[in-house]
Amino acid sequence: MTTNRVVTATINGVETPLLVDTRMSLLEALRDAAGLTGTKEGCLTGDCGACTVILDGRPVDSCLVMAAEVEGAAITTVEGLARNGALHPVQQAFLDHAALQCGVCTPGFLVSAKALLDKNPAPTEEQIRYWLAGNLCRCTGYEKILSAVQDAARSLKTTR
Amino acid sequence: MQPLQFTTAATLEDALGALGALAGADGQTALLAGGTDLIIQWRAGRRPLRQMVELKKIPELNVLEFDPARGLRLGAAVACHRLAEFEPARRHYRALVEGAALIGSTQIQSRASVGGNVCNASPAADAICGLIVHEARCLVRGPKGSREVLAKDFMLGPGRSALQPGELLVELRLPPPPPRSASGYLRFIPRNEMDIAVVGAGAWLAFAADGKTCTAARVALGAVGPTPYLVDAAGAALIGSTLDEPALRAAAEAATEAARPITDVRGTAEYRRHMAGVLTRRAILRAAQAARQSTRETHA
Repeated sequence: MTTNRVVTATINGVETPLLVDTRMSLLEALRDAAGLTGTKEGCLTGDCGACTVILDGRPVDSCLVMAAEVEGAAITTVEGLARNGALHPVQQAFLDHAALQCGVCTPGFLVSAKALLDKNPAPTEEQIRYWLAGNLCRCTGYEKILSAVQDAARSLKTTR
Repeated sequence: MQPLQFTTAATLEDALGALGALAGADGQTALLAGGTDLIIQWRAGRRPLRQMVELKKIPELNVLEFDPARGLRLGAAVACHRLAEFEPARRHYRALVEGAALIGSTQIQSRASVGGNVCNASPAADAICGLIVHEARCLVRGPKGSREVLAKDFMLGPGRSALQPGELLVELRLPPPPPRSASGYLRFIPRNEMDIAVVGAGAWLAFAADGKTCTAARVALGAVGPTPYLVDAAGAALIGSTLDEPALRAAAEAATEAARPITDVRGTAEYRRHMAGVLTRRAILRAAQAARQSTRETHA
């Protein structure tokens, strides 16, 4: 029984065929088949959010999505945030606020924060904290991340 | 890890066919909805699988509809965030929506389904008390056709449901809300978010035309027994009362009395029994407040 298959998804705007084993998660497919290693492996149990990507408009833990599920889907990874060499306002705000230290959780936070601001351009502090509760950071204590997301919301508002 | 056959079912018939063809006696076929329990159990080796049948593309499992005369239809694979954003459900089935919205993080809400929560049959499942107090029915399809199982009878024990081999859960059906009725769900966890219930309590109430006398009441508890369950005596203690202090105390005592918890890392049995009473009282008050609010809105 062969369990390899080709799954085609639109990743960061580019239609991408991926050769996957049916046991692979979307996380493994992104890192090992597509070579997009920006998405990080953390807990593999959907607790830490390091592997967050946007799947058909919603943030998901890519470790809990089977690669074989994403045929025809649209996926945004951290590599898809910057445009033409310019950082996404969320990325710029994380730099400006030093909202990272070791950086392992950062791609997940960036993707989650982008998904939030796509849906709700002016979130309250409480809304940001609840939305990001599925992303764990063991370095920053979250305050700088919160400031960065608030700042990104402001700068997105002025550029709209 | 053994090879895995992955089948994406486009129709109910596809899913039933795949289930029938490979189910056999080995139990190594699993239905994949949100996957937030299944994938973890499989990867940890607790659930060896030869086949996954993905259900999320089946139209019947994605139904989300409300009709004032027929009630709520919730497809088994509808992700929690869709339910949480569905205004009629927020308005009329608060205990269910409040429970479902507590399941995991934003990312988990994108995937996890109430149907999956029911089939996973955790004693602490947050969506189940709401289904029980709203008298939900589970629509099951199998090789022999369709049947309905009451939500309160669907879970048989930790990880065990009423589904027979070859069967799948299609839809949850919640009856229409009577006038002047409302519900609420509360759970206790030791922190603000992202944890499993130490105790959960759901309450549903209906009131007479005076808006004060309780005419019907149901209370369900989670995480204090092998499955969530209805506490008939707690509901009975409220009927005919105006939710005065003696009635609330009697309902809370009935809940404490009915609780059959275990001691584990999340709390001792004694503490859980106490909290079953505390949360029952608060869930009743929460439902009563929601009923007052909806009556005001109706008259406004």
